[in-house]
Amino acid sequence: MNWTRICRIDDIPRLGSRRVARPGAPEVALFRSADDQVFALLDRCPHQGGPLSQGIVFGTRVACPLHNWTIALDSGQALEPDQGCTARFSVSLIDGEVFLSADELASRALA
Amino acid sequence: MAAVDDSLSAPNVSMKKSKLVLIGNGMAGVRTLEELLKIAPELYEITVFGAEPHPNYNRILLSPVLAGEQTLEQIVLNPLSWYAGHDIRLHLGKTVASVDRRRRRVTAADGTEADYDRLLIATGSRPLMLPVPGAELDGVIAYRDIADTQMMIDAAARYRHAVVIGGGLLGLEAANGLMLRGMQVTVVHLMPWLMERQLDDTAARLLQKSLEERGLKFIIGAQTQALIATPSGPRRVAAVRFQDGREIPADLVVMAAGIRPNTELAERIGLHCQRGISVNDTMQTITDPRIYAVGECAAHRGITYGVVAPLFEQGKVCATHLAQFGIGRYGGSHTSTQLKVTGIELFSAGNFSGGDGTEEIVLSDPIGGVYKKLVIKNDKLIGACLYGDTVDGSWYFKLLRDGRSVSDIRDKLMFGESNLGDAGHQGRSRAAAMQDGDEVCGCNGVTKGTICKAIKDKGLFTLDEVRRHTKASASCGSCTGLVEQLLMFSAGGDYSAAPKKKALCGCTDASHADVRQAIREHKLLSIDSVFANVGWRTPNGCASCRPAVNYYLVSTWPKEAADDPQSRFVNERSHANIQKDGSYSVVPRMWGGETTAAELRRIADVVDKYQIPTVKITGGQRIDLLGVKKQDLRAVWQDIGMPSGHAYAKALRTVKTCVGSQWCRFGTQDSTQMGKDLERALWRMYAPHKVKLAVSGCPRNCAEAGIKDVGIIGVDSGWEVHIAGNGGIKTEVAQFLVKLKTAAEVLEYSGAFLQLYREEGWYLERSVHYVGRVGLDHVKARIVDDAAGRKALWERLQFSLADEPDPWFDFDKAAVDTRQFDALGAAL
Repeated sequence: MNWTRICRIDDIPRLGSRRVARPGAPEVALFRSADDQVFALLDRCPHQGGPLSQGIVFGTRVACPLHNWTIALDSGQALEPDQGCTARFSVSLIDGEVFLSADELASRALA
Repeated sequence: MAAVDDSLSAPNVSMKKSKLVLIGNGMAGVRTLEELLKIAPELYEITVFGAEPHPNYNRILLSPVLAGEQTLEQIVLNPLSWYAGHDIRLHLGKTVASVDRRRRRVTAADGTEADYDRLLIATGSRPLMLPVPGAELDGVIAYRDIADTQMMIDAAARYRHAVVIGGGLLGLEAANGLMLRGMQVTVVHLMPWLMERQLDDTAARLLQKSLEERGLKFIIGAQTQALIATPSGPRRVAAVRFQDGREIPADLVVMAAGIRPNTELAERIGLHCQRGISVNDTMQTITDPRIYAVGECAAHRGITYGVVAPLFEQGKVCATHLAQFGIGRYGGSHTSTQLKVTGIELFSAGNFSGGDGTEEIVLSDPIGGVYKKLVIKNDKLIGACLYGDTVDGSWYFKLLRDGRSVSDIRDKLMFGESNLGDAGHQGRSRAAAMQDGDEVCGCNGVTKGTICKAIKDKGLFTLDEVRRHTKASASCGSCTGLVEQLLMFSAGGDYSAAPKKKALCGCTDASHADVRQAIREHKLLSIDSVFANVGWRTPNGCASCRPAVNYYLVSTWPKEAADDPQSRFVNERSHANIQKDGSYSVVPRMWGGETTAAELRRIADVVDKYQIPTVKITGGQRIDLLGVKKQDLRAVWQDIGMPSGHAYAKALRTVKTCVGSQWCRFGTQDSTQMGKDLERALWRMYAPHKVKLAVSGCPRNCAEAGIKDVGIIGVDSGWEVHIAGNGGIKTEVAQFLVKLKTAAEVLEYSGAFLQLYREEGWYLERSVHYVGRVGLDHVKARIVDDAAGRKALWERLQFSLADEPDPWFDFDKAAVDTRQFDALGAAL
């Protein structure tokens, strides 16, 4: 896969997130769990498009700031009883450096 | 507790799955399995024994089936495919005959065996059969399961006279169903009035009258002596004879004289039983920790429960223990009662018959068919019995459960919650009369049809489940009574039973009060230490508990506890209000609602420069700039150069003022200056929820001080302080606290009250609800009567607020993570 470097893991707050801008396409949200796993989802809640990057992160989940839907960070799936799924992006974490797939950034969830 | 070997505490040390056997394929047992599969789907190999030949069905809905309102298929909760889908070995129609506790093996009457590591007993209850001559005759049945129901349906098609022995909940439902199926039904009741354990005599007589109008006959106070057989042919029942010699014809006799926990098997295998199978708070039998019991067969602290919500609560606790989470505890439940006879509204809870030291408030309108009785003891509601109009049942039940003082609302108590200013359901009280398209929940736009469909399709039983699935009643809660009525008609749930203590959230069993107390007593200074000390199931909480715990920490230990921005809701992390499109709004502080030409010019320039789409005057006398992009926030704050208005925070928002004596020809006091002084003294004050103040310069009250958390009204001789008003979902007029002479006193009393609220209020509890919970007398005692205590509170607040940073300018000190304002770039 064609990885592109985004940032260092320490650029993302623990139990927090950062937004990754994509020219002409919706942003991607990077999340960091308490145990330093990094996840990437389209920054859009499947419910009404709320910016997930602004939600509260707990475990490997994030609560959308608009209506409190809970989204699983590893799958992008909304937790029951809500139904919906947001696009997921591959993440590579090497020596504290965070990479996303350039191909996915350029092709996935562009509208 | 008996000696426990190692494998009990860790049954899955080996890779092989542990074995769980469930005896009793009913609602409590299967719900326990569902809860277990949710949290530990792979832990056990599960086997289920059920004496009935059916998969788990909703026993509560047998009455609507009997009445012809639902079918047997409709009340199945877990179809056979559910068991197959979870790899559960299901033995239907097999009664368990014995359990070898030493070898851990269950044997059914037909010889089927199953080994277990853990055993769950949920054998439910058995109907009491009266030991009268003739009880063994054909046509004499109990009312407990599908077979009984089917027999009653068949009998109704062939015979004419039915007699139901027992005028309790079950008996009346059976009688109603048989009558609807065309039988002539007589209800025989030994006690002096119907449903004597759920109703007082007045309500019972209203109920009896209403049922008589529908065609039921009643014989009250009669003792059954014998059931008489047909003189010839098959030995079927033909009549019931009473002790006084009377006889009435009966082709079908339904015994509904009560139920008792089915502990037969448990007693045979040596488990201690007293009323039911004795269990501890984790639902383990006190005799054998490998064996659990839940549901109607279990006796917890000597109490057995016969309604569904407590049983589900037990199931949840039991499941967490089976899943080795092990920190769930069952603490008992309060229960309430409703009769499932369509068209009859009846509700009772708690001690409604009164007694020593109790007071009663009664509303009786026998012609209108409405009767309400509330029983009060020591200023608390301890019981309620409602007939004819039950919409406030859930509200009374909540008051009863919360143990809140009702002294301040006593005069309005009888007239229900809607008379306290709740809006949202247009005063509608009868869910049954509503159309499918009618809106039940005005906050979330949920119709009756949507709720009923979700209840049926998803098998919902409790209010919480309906809230999670449909969002109905999940916001302001004023439609809770309607939703509960829908639950009862659709699912038959005794929906409103609930644990005695409300947990802060699903991550813990601790209540708000528990958490606060732990933080204070152990001087906890971080969220992690709270989670470790109090016992949290989740490693870093959830979006509900983390903001609450963070608030409790910083309010209890100001300048010491670490504020965690990642545990604050986005608005308090970004110091701006998030909008539906992900943009933000900015509300600068305008002291006392006053501004200047220079400020307005700067605001106008900012609006142009950052192309802010909407400028709105707020209700709190400030200006709201809507549609600001997150990356522009810092520059907007900088360019405006005014302090943060905290319009985004659970904190002091505005102090609204009228112009007062400086300009107004009616003004008696300088309300604008008072407002500015209050705002300067209190700004940056975080609180359990938002806090709004207002100051009016005369009793005309143009600043609307009557609906604020603290409302000050100037009078000729000084200032009146009113507290705990609210202009939101629940419009509440503020209550008079005290009258003062000087502005300095107003600052001290207002500040002291707000500090009390900060220290005692639960997170997200507005001051109106806080004062409702603790009572105005408590607040008066602390603020008005106790001068030293008041000064100490005011000093603590000033200490908390001293040198607090303005988060729009002092990012470091306010712990604002400025990285959030910039997006990262991706080199593509």
